[in-house]
Amino acid sequence: MTATAGELRTRVADLLAAHPPAGTPRTDFLRARFDAGLAWVHYPEGLGGLGAPRSLQVVVDAELEAAGAPDNDPRRIGIGLGMAAPTLLAYGTEEQKRRFLRPLWMGEEVWCQLFSEPGAGSDLAALGTRAVLDEAAGEWVVDGQKVWTSSAHTARWAILIARTDPALPKHRGITYFLCDMHAPGVEVRPLRQITGEAEFNEVFLTGVRIPDAHRLGPVGEGWAVARTTLMNERVSIGGMRIPREGGMIAPVASAWRERPALRTHALHQRLLELWVEAEVARLTGERLRQQLVAGQPGPEGSGMKLTFARLNQEISGLEVELLGEEGLLYEDWTMSRPEHVDFTGRDAGYRYLRAKGNSIEGGTSEILLNIVAERVLGLPAEPRDDKDLAWKDLAR
Amino acid sequence: MTDSPLPSAPLDLLYSETEEELRAAVRSLLADRCDAATVLARAESGRPHDPALWDTLATGIGAAGLLVPEKLGGQGASHREAAVVLEELGRAVAPLPYLTSSVLATEILLACDTADVAPLLRELASGRQVCAPAVPLTLAPGAPLPALIRDGGGGVLTGTATSVADAAAADVLLVLADTGLYAVPAASAELTPLVPLDLTRPLARVTLDAAAGTRLADPVTARAAVAGALLSGAGLLASEQLGIAEWCLTQTVGYVRGRHQFNRPVGSFQALKHRLARLWLDVASARAAARAAADALATGSPDAPLTVAVAQAYCSGVAVRAAEECVQLHGGIGMTWEHPAHLYLKRAKADSLALGTAGHHRGLVADFAELPAP
Repeated sequence: MTATAGELRTRVADLLAAHPPAGTPRTDFLRARFDAGLAWVHYPEGLGGLGAPRSLQVVVDAELEAAGAPDNDPRRIGIGLGMAAPTLLAYGTEEQKRRFLRPLWMGEEVWCQLFSEPGAGSDLAALGTRAVLDEAAGEWVVDGQKVWTSSAHTARWAILIARTDPALPKHRGITYFLCDMHAPGVEVRPLRQITGEAEFNEVFLTGVRIPDAHRLGPVGEGWAVARTTLMNERVSIGGMRIPREGGMIAPVASAWRERPALRTHALHQRLLELWVEAEVARLTGERLRQQLVAGQPGPEGSGMKLTFARLNQEISGLEVELLGEEGLLYEDWTMSRPEHVDFTGRDAGYRYLRAKGNSIEGGTSEILLNIVAERVLGLPAEPRDDKDLAWKDLAR
Repeated sequence: MTDSPLPSAPLDLLYSETEEELRAAVRSLLADRCDAATVLARAESGRPHDPALWDTLATGIGAAGLLVPEKLGGQGASHREAAVVLEELGRAVAPLPYLTSSVLATEILLACDTADVAPLLRELASGRQVCAPAVPLTLAPGAPLPALIRDGGGGVLTGTATSVADAAAADVLLVLADTGLYAVPAASAELTPLVPLDLTRPLARVTLDAAAGTRLADPVTARAAVAGALLSGAGLLASEQLGIAEWCLTQTVGYVRGRHQFNRPVGSFQALKHRLARLWLDVASARAAARAAADALATGSPDAPLTVAVAQAYCSGVAVRAAEECVQLHGGIGMTWEHPAHLYLKRAKADSLALGTAGHHRGLVADFAELPAP
């Protein structure tokens, strides 16, 4: 049965009546919301949803926000919500879904992603972290190194892909696991980046034991499972809604208005070009969102991340120049581990440096251009002479 | 959502079913009767306009009257539908006076007192007559209106307007003179055809030597009407530019998939794949910008001037880039007279000057968004 907006409003009203936000502890409210099927309405009943169209979530969110209800602080648990949850939903056993989805959504258990490795970036399927089955114990023993892991130091669980058969070609010998970040042998070290801070971590896995019950999907099918995760990653990166003159262009436009002494003709032309491009990018994202709501998703989603990466870099570069002498300075190089990633936070130098990651993280712009060329435009695929080679025989 | 210092009006950026039906009708007509070889042959003949094709589009499909209310003989549709027609006309580089007669001239008349303009408006809406505003194609919204024609008294008009688009196809010219707006039969003007960069949009110098005009509006109304029409024209030109860019992208992708060098399709080389992927991104963005302008004009949004300026500042460049990529990625064949790529390149480049350059529109953005020059 498909719920309507009206029915959802009634359910929200019932939830609010039974658990008035003012007098209910946050965790209790979130648990009640999950159990009422109002966490993510497009999820199945019993798993925080009602099997309703995804587009109706905005109705629920708006009603709850208006009532002053607490939310699950989605920024803190982005990887769980955006990547782990849809993959669990698609491939998890009933037991896994019941065990993991509720604490994930409530933020009681933070998730991180153990995918990239020092030797497997764009070519993620070449990953070398090994998982060997200890049949007697019914456990997998994992050894290897992962990198660019945000939230690893706060996470309780990780989605992990590891090589279970090195004799097979790279895409076929991978298996997907749910890894306990508190298990012996998991070591998390901060990875300091060009901004001076450590948003990410390196994760060393040494003899980490994962019960077979925490395998997600069949042995050797991990690549197909990981593709579900990665598709959701790009949707969540491209799906942000921003107001006119929001995002990276905002601080530059403000500085231009407030500090006439900084203005030059050359910078004016560049500012206007970028302001126009930022506004067009906003409209393109808005059009994409309208298409999704109307049930006609377009391929434009693959492009939004490319556009924002380029614009963020050009705009923040312009901002450093605009600031003149101030552009020579940097707020603080002290090593720190921020809770949230905020691309537009802090000063111009930080924005400039952090934006460099936008064309690398979540798929480099070069790889994304290949994807657009091949999947959207139907151009021939890149030569793949590693496709049928055993992983152990690949050059590295 | 956080507050923006520059709030934006909500816009419908999709195409409705009716709009898609209209598109299908126009596209099928142009596929039948306006293929590239026909356009080129007509351009070479020196008479690019095809009156029979105009009759089918304007009268048969009813495209000429989309902006005109039903009570004045039009379709009572909006800029959204006219934008879809222009997308298709751009895709076919169709040499038809739609932008001039059905958008610019029609918008000027719609802003005048109905009693004075109704008969002429009915003629335009039905497609029976074609009307061209006697102003340079480069005249831009937000720019000062030139004083080209003066009234010697009693509507006897004298003066010259250069680079007037589609005057050769026009039955009537709309003339902005010091004493108001006038309708002048094209036969009473001296039309000197110019050799245009864009072979599909003929240009002429229009000279009036004591020509008798019928007064349609006083000077204040006339100037506001022309200014408003330039805004609509610029906004809808973005849709024509989108159509041009789409054709160039589709054509080029098709070509590099089939063209083999070094024993492989040239479209399998990453240097070309990335260029085309970037162009696709630009075209997808141009669609959002052009739709935004059409919708803002259709709803009479106070946001329309900024949205139009953004669309023109963006879409001009995309159309030119798409046509330039089309020529380059076709290699030698793209440089020939025989291949239609040059028709699109010439239209795209001329369109980048029409109704204000991208630079002019960025200047308008600076005003609207309060980002003043040094």
